[in-house]
Amino acid sequence: MHNKTIVELSAALRGGEVSSTELTRHMLQRIKTHDGALNSFISVTEEVALAQARAADERIAAGQAGPLTGVPIAHKDIFCTRDVRTSCGSRMLENFVSPYDATVVANLQRAGAVMLGKTNMDEFAMGSSNETSWFGAVHNPWDTDRVPGGSSGGSATAVAARLCAAATGTDTGGSIRQPAALTGITGLKPTYGRCSRWGMIAFASSLDQAGPMTRSAEDAALMLAGMAGFDERDSTSAQRPVEDYVAGLANDIRGVRIGIVKEFLGEGLDAGVGASVEAALAGLQGLGAELVEISLPNAGLSVPAYYVVAPAECSSNLARFDGVRYGHRCDDPKDLEDLYKRSRSEGFGAEVQRRIMIGTYALSAGYYDAYYLKAQKVRQLIADDFRRAFAQCDLIASPTAPGIAFRLGEKADDPVAMYLSDIYTIAVNLAGLPGLSIPAPASGGMPVGLQLIGNYFDEARLLNVAHQLQLETDWHKPTPAGF
Amino acid sequence: MQWETVIGLEIHTQLATKSKIFSGSSTTFGAEPNTQAALIDLGMPGVLPVLNKEVVRMAVRFGKAIGAQVAERSVFARKNYFYPDLPKGYQISQYELPVVGKGAVEILLDDGLTKTVGVTRAHLEEDAGKSLHEDFHGMTGIDLNRAGTPLLEIVSEPDMRSAREAVAYAKKIHQIVTYIGICDGNMQEGSFRVDANVSIRPEGQAEFGTRAELKNINSFRFLEKAINYEIERQIEVIEDGGQVVQETRLYDANKDETRSMRSKEEANDYRYFPDPDLLPLEIEASFIAEVVAAMPELPDARRARFESEYGLSAYDADVLTSSRAQADYYEAAAAAGGDAKLAANWVMGELAAALNRDGVDITRSPVDAESLGQLVARIRDNTISGKIAKDVFAAMWAGEGGADAVIEAKGLKQITDAGAIEALVDEVIAANPEQVGNYRNADPAKQPKMLGFFVGQIMKKSQGKANPQQVNALLRKKLG
Repeated sequence: MHNKTIVELSAALRGGEVSSTELTRHMLQRIKTHDGALNSFISVTEEVALAQARAADERIAAGQAGPLTGVPIAHKDIFCTRDVRTSCGSRMLENFVSPYDATVVANLQRAGAVMLGKTNMDEFAMGSSNETSWFGAVHNPWDTDRVPGGSSGGSATAVAARLCAAATGTDTGGSIRQPAALTGITGLKPTYGRCSRWGMIAFASSLDQAGPMTRSAEDAALMLAGMAGFDERDSTSAQRPVEDYVAGLANDIRGVRIGIVKEFLGEGLDAGVGASVEAALAGLQGLGAELVEISLPNAGLSVPAYYVVAPAECSSNLARFDGVRYGHRCDDPKDLEDLYKRSRSEGFGAEVQRRIMIGTYALSAGYYDAYYLKAQKVRQLIADDFRRAFAQCDLIASPTAPGIAFRLGEKADDPVAMYLSDIYTIAVNLAGLPGLSIPAPASGGMPVGLQLIGNYFDEARLLNVAHQLQLETDWHKPTPAGF
Repeated sequence: MQWETVIGLEIHTQLATKSKIFSGSSTTFGAEPNTQAALIDLGMPGVLPVLNKEVVRMAVRFGKAIGAQVAERSVFARKNYFYPDLPKGYQISQYELPVVGKGAVEILLDDGLTKTVGVTRAHLEEDAGKSLHEDFHGMTGIDLNRAGTPLLEIVSEPDMRSAREAVAYAKKIHQIVTYIGICDGNMQEGSFRVDANVSIRPEGQAEFGTRAELKNINSFRFLEKAINYEIERQIEVIEDGGQVVQETRLYDANKDETRSMRSKEEANDYRYFPDPDLLPLEIEASFIAEVVAAMPELPDARRARFESEYGLSAYDADVLTSSRAQADYYEAAAAAGGDAKLAANWVMGELAAALNRDGVDITRSPVDAESLGQLVARIRDNTISGKIAKDVFAAMWAGEGGADAVIEAKGLKQITDAGAIEALVDEVIAANPEQVGNYRNADPAKQPKMLGFFVGQIMKKSQGKANPQQVNALLRKKLG
């Protein structure tokens, strides 16, 4: 049962083959059995899940079920959930219970999805390995000595290990796509503004975007439809209707022009990953897609530009965690300054503090022009690169990450090496484009991701191409041994 | 050494919207602490600001009222600093691109001349909450009701050269923002807060001296006193061989002095950057046209109209239009009374005196405009004399009812019956033969003055109710 996709589960639920309550119990049991080794959940919300499952069963019985009704999912612990702890992977919010639901959470709840719990993540979504979590590292189900990627490492692992049918994630520089690649699942970062950011704890507001993490492109289409939409509470959310992502999945992809980024296939790319990506591209070619070489000449500037913009925004976004109204407060503060310093030093981990420091520096008087303003200019150059590229092709393909999942601790003390694991994903966030990672053939038994990048609001085409490939291949199907 | 003073003002006007600038919470003053602070005002994790369109409308209205350019595109920026009553750790404000650009206002100087004071810019921002240091032993309370209240910060050019000019400018801005209905102007409640940048320089010197910023000024009177104190302080510092330090100084009204609050060296680096949660504010020409079409009459235009339409003197028109409430009151009273000049005299005379005596605002006057108009109408139609009217007004002020009711209840109606007046005249003539003889033998030039004795006697007998014109006419005839 847990090996079924959303599409299959939905049919089983509506066909009366299984009830949502049975399914939910089964998944809760799996979490109990397996998550000790994985640590993919921060909170398991059994009571909420069973109540939602009962409601879903009533809805199914009444013939009012949608494709997500009764389907057990998990939310990254960055999404505010009413009456349930929302920790953001941080000691700062270890005991924080949100008084409200994020829009994405509310949308999925309205669609009838069942929340099993909240998944582990890099602290405040800052990390590419899920090792910065206050609640401990997450282990990759394909090799528990390895990281699952991050920051949505808990969601990726829970989906890959079949502990939930799908999960939500957020992606600021690759935080959905990179862990999806490293755990062998499908992860979509939609166009900036497609999903509401209301209730999603901000890391870098101009880059953050919520998206689905699923077993297949088809499931991603269903999940995105349940998550997306204009929200008047988010001024940056897109005021355009949500497309029917499922309707276009069956489209023939013959003649679709796929741009291959020449800058992304050179130095720094693991040979095995390169070969897997080649094989995936050959698969697309076999379906009639046309490969064209394109260039993103400024893509090399994306990591440095990102590590100015994202920390700058985070330094301001995280200022509210001051020990005054909620969150961690140090014991016996001597005075106001002591309250701030100790609450924040104790509440935030090393990586978060590093980024707050970088961002504070970049925004300081006298440095603003040289760093923040310049990074914003680079951002424009990168967006222009993509605009030119999309004149030559319909979508762009590249590896999602330069290597397979690395070992726990391997890059933990080398921030720059860690930052480079997002080298192919970051440019997409800087430009605000949609990006999808789907499994390519494994390399040495470990998953590899193929990244597909679309033009603005072209999620339907990304999902269509991915789905067509998944109909013809099995790369997305294997379950990690032992799960 | 002759010193010249240079003053620029930063005025924070609290916009009179029902809800906050970025949330739906109410902006009512004086509610229980933290009862008007929703998720956004509390800076909860994951919340986002959404701009209140009414705030934009008010900013545009101000821009157009001072002839300023309204920016087609302006940007909200984050001003980052830590303070317990600043929930997000940053204030959303406008920095490089404000919504209102350069404009100007005219002020009337003491010598009767006018002067133009430039407005550099006006920008939108959110207010912070309040820290409550009393009532909590060893702790500080935080009230976030005010957090997120919309402010329009109006920054002047350093065009003022004396405390009097600064006060005239501040009053002018106060008059405009209250006229166009974007601010209630209440200085005690902090709806209209004035900070003054003050510096001095040797007369004739082109460059500015080092300035001090004066804060915590909550009346026009204190503005004048604070600036004058500061000018004297700076002159003393320099003449004693010292240097003025760039700093923020708090005005202490009890001691009538300014005190250093923080110096530039300790000043925050606010790390301004565009707020990524808000799109640039783009204002369409049609929106501006809509605001202009709905613009209330501005004070200068109203003053001119009062002169031409009601035949008032320039002085009277200026006094009556000094506030929108006063002008509205006057117009309503004039309409109800049917005599614009008489109404003007009453509003500026008896009413102003009573308001002033009891410290009551005209909007809360116990005698409303229609009632005062009714009183004016009774003077005009000779029901009562102007003198009796003062007693009627006092009774109305004391809450004894409207003009007609008071006149009726107290029997103050004027005696205009010719027979009744003739009887009174005859009675007084008969009772004072000596005075009658003197009058008749007197030089005709002195007679009008002597007539006063008889008028006085008659008014006394009639308790002031006899119509004075009729009494005069009849006396002249009978004594003649």
